[in-house]
Amino acid sequence: MIIKILLLCLQLFFWSQSFAAGSSGVELLDANVDIGRRNSLQRGAQTFFNYCSGCHSIQFMRYNRMASDIGLSEDVLKTNLMFASDKVGDNIKIAMDSEEAASWFGVSPPDLSVIARVRGEDWLYSFLNGFYVDPDRPTGVNNLFFPETAMPHVLWELQGYRTLEKTERLGSDSYAFKTIVEGKLTPSQYETLTRDLVSFLVYVGEPARLVRYQIGFWVIAFLILLFVFSYLTKREYWRDIH
Amino acid sequence: MNALIKGITGLRNWVDDRFPLMSLWNEHVGQYYAPKNFNFWYYFGVFSLVMFANQIVTGIWLTMSYKPSAAEAFSSVEFIMRDVEWGWLIRYLHSTGASFFFIVIYLHMFRALLYGSYKKPRELLWIIGMFLYLSLMAEAFFGYLLPWGQMSYWGAQVIISLFGAIPFIGETLSTWIRGDYVVSDVTLNRFFALHVVALPFAIAGLVVMHILALHEVGSNNPDGIEIKDNKDSDGKPIDGIPFHPYYTIKDLTGIIFFLILFSVVVFFAPEMGGYFLEHNNFVPANPMATPEHIAPVWYFTPYYSILRANTVNFFWIPAKLWGVIFMGAAVMIFFLLPWLDRSPVRSLRYRGWMSKFALGAFVTSFLVLGYLGALPPTPVRTLVAQFFTVVYFMFFLLMPIYTTFDKVKPLPDRVTFNDH
Repeated sequence: MIIKILLLCLQLFFWSQSFAAGSSGVELLDANVDIGRRNSLQRGAQTFFNYCSGCHSIQFMRYNRMASDIGLSEDVLKTNLMFASDKVGDNIKIAMDSEEAASWFGVSPPDLSVIARVRGEDWLYSFLNGFYVDPDRPTGVNNLFFPETAMPHVLWELQGYRTLEKTERLGSDSYAFKTIVEGKLTPSQYETLTRDLVSFLVYVGEPARLVRYQIGFWVIAFLILLFVFSYLTKREYWRDIH
Repeated sequence: MNALIKGITGLRNWVDDRFPLMSLWNEHVGQYYAPKNFNFWYYFGVFSLVMFANQIVTGIWLTMSYKPSAAEAFSSVEFIMRDVEWGWLIRYLHSTGASFFFIVIYLHMFRALLYGSYKKPRELLWIIGMFLYLSLMAEAFFGYLLPWGQMSYWGAQVIISLFGAIPFIGETLSTWIRGDYVVSDVTLNRFFALHVVALPFAIAGLVVMHILALHEVGSNNPDGIEIKDNKDSDGKPIDGIPFHPYYTIKDLTGIIFFLILFSVVVFFAPEMGGYFLEHNNFVPANPMATPEHIAPVWYFTPYYSILRANTVNFFWIPAKLWGVIFMGAAVMIFFLLPWLDRSPVRSLRYRGWMSKFALGAFVTSFLVLGYLGALPPTPVRTLVAQFFTVVYFMFFLLMPIYTTFDKVKPLPDRVTFNDH
């Protein structure tokens, strides 16, 4: 009887789950990032400061913390990444006024300090790979994974322009992009570039992630050792309980 | 060496002449006799004590860097995560600790249901425990506002507005709780005060009462029989063993094992897929933008499901008020357990199929309601939630009947114990 009820519950459980499909309906691409790779983080930082940091701040990140975490020297930091007026210990902010920005774009470009924790790495990677030409939009582009986004395709000179063709099929192959203007990068180079950028944003979202796993490994190793000794002591004490 | 031991003994005697040190130790640890047949389920009491200590210690250090103001709260948490030495660890210990506290408390309560630990003479022990549970829920609710993310903000907004469903005084009451017409800086400040002073204080006091009440009546055990009924010539229970050293070393071993699991989450999955730290809570609170889907943290979702399962206006009472009534009743009904349970035996081991089936159905309904409470509602999900809300309440309301008619097995004279 209990088993029958449990089976019914399980059935209801999966039944209710099948109604829980995602909101935009399109399956996200796999970002597959590895923040342990330093040069990936450095390339991501380079892309970020070349293309993103004009509009998006990462205000909870400090320049020098970032530089030491991803292995950049102070010279590189000062000459390539920072505004002349900033100090190395400053937070990474933008010069653009947020109210003006809102009047230009419709929304103020969000701070990206913890965007990877809000959206997830796959969403960010999909978003950066989801732009297509749409003459109905004020920016001239739309996004497959974030429809009607206010953001223009900032990386267009690298990726080029693409159109979207939707097919009748369901699932991840229900759409296809077609390149109409070639970019500076090949499609696979562009994928690597966006992957590095997402890696960088994942790192920015939680710098502690770089050390968390290693420390966790040693903490758990120590606790396992302690457990063994504690268990042996317990067994010795309990020998006389019958 | 001898001089050192003499010195320590001397100090102990000096204190003992002025403070009941040894008698307290003996009454609660050294000479407290606990049944020798405690099993897996008897670890969760001490685990919750460990989590309480963890929350207090990490909480003190978080308070040193946290700023309880609407303008600074969110960024001060990120400041702790990045610029404070080991701040990320302290914060994850605290946020993971909150969820683990509820996990161990739920398992601790399940143990009581399993072995009838709330039955006479442990009714008051159970009631103190229930007050602890209520305080813990309040503590978690107040604490969840502090990071000042979107879920913090809107979760608090939704829960406080529930008081608005109470007729006549509702609106005034919820304004009084917030101290404002919406959740604001004022609300954050008072929640901070309640979270770091009032409730920890109440919880600490209740924990002491809980342990005193336990040691007054003695621990129950998986067989649900009184070890005090079988005493040796010295008046010590034959099936009892001194808490120290037997249970101190056993609990310590259990605690270390528990800390391994805890560390796995703290270091490798502190967000727990968005269940322990919700994704949307990394967006700063914005009173102008209501999130599409508001869900409480997982430990409140069973009750949230029950709240949302009430969709019909009935007896001139609007559905929202019914929801609040049912949600309140779902928590409060636990208080009545000692009097709802009419079974002549405590432990499920010696009860019949009816009690076993009822407990199984109850646990299932709690889990399914919890799962549904984290998801946005759909017509099908609401129907399922309504069904399991009925199951949830039937467990309690039918208890006097099924525990009376249930066939019980004969109780053993001595506890079941396999020594290894």
